[in-house]
Amino acid sequence: MIINHPLLGPRDASEFTYLGDASLINRPDWQAEDAAEAFYEYGYLRDNPAGEHQELWYHEAGDRSWLVVTRDTTTHEISKVELARDVARARGRSK
Amino acid sequence: MHDLIAITALGGSEPQVDTVGGITCREVPGVALASVAARMGQETKASKALAKLIGAPAPGIGQYAGDTVTAFWAGPDQWMIEAPFDTHEELADQVKSALGGTASVTEQTDGWTRFDLNGDQIPAVLELLSMLDLRNIDAGSVARCSIHHIGCFVLCRSDEAFSIYGPRSSAGSLHHAIVTAMRSAL
Repeated sequence: MIINHPLLGPRDASEFTYLGDASLINRPDWQAEDAAEAFYEYGYLRDNPAGEHQELWYHEAGDRSWLVVTRDTTTHEISKVELARDVARARGRSK
Repeated sequence: MHDLIAITALGGSEPQVDTVGGITCREVPGVALASVAARMGQETKASKALAKLIGAPAPGIGQYAGDTVTAFWAGPDQWMIEAPFDTHEELADQVKSALGGTASVTEQTDGWTRFDLNGDQIPAVLELLSMLDLRNIDAGSVARCSIHHIGCFVLCRSDEAFSIYGPRSSAGSLHHAIVTAMRSAL
């Protein structure tokens, strides 16, 4: 499997390590009223789609950047690769 | 008064030199290093200050630039700075005063060891060692990769001169990997 790194170009998947669902970017607000429930869901509940899935990959044997890879779990086809920081900022984090 | 004797990363009193075929692998201990990570929102200021420090535009993705003090790209808005140890022993302080509050600077000098490869057919050695796309690497390129599971930076200074930076604590393993690949390829 080849991951087309947005900065470095196509790299073999063996250079990367997989973390999991990209929803981990959406860390709940710890000060919210329902923080306990929100962190329970954040920590333990995942969708398990057969099809398109956004996931976090780490370019460990490369530039050490975190990526959000959109992959079809049934075919392994990768349709989109973005820097995780760009995705996180687009979702209003790190501001 | 302590009477300490400086040794190189491989433990010798002199840098180790290995020649196989037309390639020489030379241990290079006399390098000062510092890492730079631009702070959020300060990226443009940091790269301008860096350009002033190295006397050349801050290197872009997979590139290095500079003369005596050089910088190479390590990641988005992150660079490693290298300079001769004899003249820049306090490199991290010098970089910090040049970049001020725009970036975080970390001393890296003793964290890394450098091996220089000189000669023709260096790609024949590197293709045994790493997964780098060597057709896309030319003078001025730098790439991070794994060599025998050791995270390294590979700098291409010219077709016949490459530098490899690896963690100092793995210097022996990295040296073994390089010399074994030289013996296999040449």
